[in-house]
Amino acid sequence: MRYIEPHGHMVSRTTDDYEKLALSGCEAICEPAFWAGFDRSSAAGFYDYFRQLTEYEPKRAAKYGIKHYSWLCINPKEADDPGFAREVMSIIPQFLDCPTVLGIGEIGLNKSTRNELAIFEEHVQLALDRDLPILIHTPHLEDKLKGTRLILDSLASFSKLDRGKVIIDHVEEHTISLVLDAGFWAGMTLYPESKCSPHRAIDLLEIYGSERLWMNSACDWGHSDPLAVPRCALEMKKRHHSAEDIEQVIFQNPRRFLSQSPRFAS
Amino acid sequence: MPSKKDLLDLQFIDVRHKLIDVAAFLDRIDRHSGEEDYRFTALKNALPILLTARPDRARAVLESFSDHSTAVPLSAAFQGASGAVDASI
Repeated sequence: MRYIEPHGHMVSRTTDDYEKLALSGCEAICEPAFWAGFDRSSAAGFYDYFRQLTEYEPKRAAKYGIKHYSWLCINPKEADDPGFAREVMSIIPQFLDCPTVLGIGEIGLNKSTRNELAIFEEHVQLALDRDLPILIHTPHLEDKLKGTRLILDSLASFSKLDRGKVIIDHVEEHTISLVLDAGFWAGMTLYPESKCSPHRAIDLLEIYGSERLWMNSACDWGHSDPLAVPRCALEMKKRHHSAEDIEQVIFQNPRRFLSQSPRFAS
Repeated sequence: MPSKKDLLDLQFIDVRHKLIDVAAFLDRIDRHSGEEDYRFTALKNALPILLTARPDRARAVLESFSDHSTAVPLSAAFQGASGAVDASI
């Protein structure tokens, strides 16, 4: 079995995890910029983080035969301070030409504030100016529904946006149809306690089809499982999904979306 | 696609285990001292949805835990999420 992990925060994972991913058939991993679990004290902290994403992690992954790609942005949590966020955004363009950078992400909302929305829209404009794909984070738990609606309302104001180049991640049962009906791709995140369980992700595949869906582990420093995607593939097999259908979801779909960046090769 | 029996064979024990955990959690909260809060209220409000005859109970449960307000504040009072809406904030 081969698969692509389209959303994993490998800076938070051990080298042993890279080995497990390789052993389980992972061919490529994509890492969006995110919140480190604490607020950085300066934009220079993000400069170092972007170097880690674009220089160090691709080398670490390559030792296990895995291609590593990244998405860049300032995450929604730290975007609630717009002055700081714009300072960080000013250093992003110098990294956008790195050979493993796919696009802008994971932008989005956290507590659905006007400050977060302003920085979200500035990121969308940056992606449009550079013709880059966009990966969008939707808020956690009780904030997801409201935040997803605000994100969709905001995106509707960008008339030149190619919705096929935007994936809205962390959908669940109450947000998936909003995203797919609006013409965007949707990502399902497999978490042990929040977001989707493997059983529920497979339910969504059965109900909505797999045309514009992918699944990811979003493994990070929190309670998460870097092998969530192959574990879900095993559950799909138990539920009589064919090998072709499983490959479609865990390999072909992410490849199709990610290949919209000319830098993605898998 | 698997039949109902196939799914019961695959998942019944796991779901039974999770349901007993929910029941035990309700007992545990009742047994201990202190005040319940908005999270426990939200949990109890969601439980009746499980017995409704609708095809989207998971969606309904998620919606019952969701913030349905439409106000968009300038900035956030705090960063995290607790899983239910605290109306006092």
